[in-house]
Amino acid sequence: MKAAIVVIAASLASGGLSAAAPDAAAIVREGNDKGAPPCIACHGAHGEGQVAGGFPRLAGLDAAYMERQMDDFASGSRDNAVMKPIASALSKEERRALARHYSGLAPPAASEPAASDELDPQGESIALRGRWEGQVPACVACHGPSGVGVGSHFPPLAAQPAGYIAAQLHAWKDGQRRNDPMGMMQHVASELDEAEIQAVAGWFAAQPAMIEEGGP
Amino acid sequence: MSGTGVIRLPALAALALLLVACSGGGAPAEEARAAELAPAAAPAVERPRLPAMATSDNAQAATAQSPPSASRDGGEMPQRAARAAFVPPAESAIPVDAFGAMIRKGRDIFMHTGRYAGEYVGNSLACVNCHLDAGRRADSGPLWAAWVRYPRYRAKNDEVNSFAERLQGCFQYSMNGKAPPPDGEVIEALSTYSYWLATDAPTGVDLPGFGYPKQGFEPPEKPDYGRGEKVYRESCAICHGAEGEGQAVAGVQVFPPLWGAQSFNWGAGMHELDNAAAFIKANMPLSLGGTLGDQQAWDVAMFMNSHERPQDPRFTGDVAETRRRFHDTRWSLYGVEVNGRLLGRGTEAPGG
Repeated sequence: MKAAIVVIAASLASGGLSAAAPDAAAIVREGNDKGAPPCIACHGAHGEGQVAGGFPRLAGLDAAYMERQMDDFASGSRDNAVMKPIASALSKEERRALARHYSGLAPPAASEPAASDELDPQGESIALRGRWEGQVPACVACHGPSGVGVGSHFPPLAAQPAGYIAAQLHAWKDGQRRNDPMGMMQHVASELDEAEIQAVAGWFAAQPAMIEEGGP
Repeated sequence: MSGTGVIRLPALAALALLLVACSGGGAPAEEARAAELAPAAAPAVERPRLPAMATSDNAQAATAQSPPSASRDGGEMPQRAARAAFVPPAESAIPVDAFGAMIRKGRDIFMHTGRYAGEYVGNSLACVNCHLDAGRRADSGPLWAAWVRYPRYRAKNDEVNSFAERLQGCFQYSMNGKAPPPDGEVIEALSTYSYWLATDAPTGVDLPGFGYPKQGFEPPEKPDYGRGEKVYRESCAICHGAEGEGQAVAGVQVFPPLWGAQSFNWGAGMHELDNAAAFIKANMPLSLGGTLGDQQAWDVAMFMNSHERPQDPRFTGDVAETRRRFHDTRWSLYGVEVNGRLLGRGTEAPGG
């Protein structure tokens, strides 16, 4: 009896869902009829992002995180001239479908691989140890080992374009981005100077998106 | 804003974070009642207290406010050092030789304790969880300040403890593991790292920033579980999880569990509300230390430590007796009933 109810409920749910669910793959390729352009134009054919333009990778990011970012672009708490009209042109259901789509894609390797001697050593120092004089913890203390991301509130930094990471730190610092829990990133970014921002962005861009179990 | 002294940032506007209420069987906040605190709890009226935190190594802080007689160390304690913050040497100054290699080994054990000293660790914690910035941060139990305070008498075991024995205690209680041998490499490496961090520090003094800043730190009102739960949901759960379980990724514990089988046991100093509240006030949320109000820090400490955790390894077989022998202090909830649950039964105990 109980099992039968579950089966019926499940079939109703899936039937209802497939009838109404937006086609994320189609929006990714072609945009939608409300004026949202194709995602691939900036975020790459496989959600890998685009180094030259500083467009972030979306592949492999947490779905809840991405959905919240689109909501925040639309509301303005993440103030971005490019994404605001795009997110506003997406329905709540479309945002959710796109977030699920991208979270299911395999992330690329490092965004901008670099030999360690090409990187400013203070980037690694801030990433792995922080700069506590200003209560700046190690980035990895929240974003996970190598910056692979933790849960739905601490997105990956690893294998994001350096230009994207630096732009976000500037946005936190300048107040264009205000959608962080408890203002944590606004505080951290306010403590970093330009050289530190560039150094830490470069270090994370060179990290692989995925790490072995038990990595650094 | 430099140095490692007490850092007070301007309070940042804390955005109330709407977190999905946890499922599970926990008592809702409105039903939560504050525990009757320890039977020995003092009346709310402030009065000078002799150190009552018998299980804490910070108990006998000879602060300027305390009468000299408060020190159990007798008259051998030198004058306090000047208030200038002590600054340990920069990590880049670790020498490149055999001594430096041992310093680095100690630092690595400190930061990744499960990976480098796993046989002595019985939970998911690492030293650095409670001693931030690799043991360098003032008001976070910095190693440089601990190094110059040992050997010292501790009421916890009624003995004069060497620094090595103090480290062993961390493994037995905070790490819920077992004591590394005093002449083995783990203790040697951690001692070497601590000694090096204390380079140029005066010895036998309470350096400013030692331990957690709990001297004179009293709750404005009696700590309250329900209020603490609200603070936890708003300011802590995003990292430590709705059930205090922490978060791990790729086999690495990123945010430590605060209670339950993978957290510190009932013998750890952090289970006492004054230690927890002082640590939280000074250091949590990470990057925003000093932004919670005093009452919030005490309340959330109460909430955290009103959950079950691994049994005290000194458990006699009886919670009430164990409380009498080891936890008869004002700020221990061991053996105290909170929300109808007797605390101190341990996570492995039947029915616990």
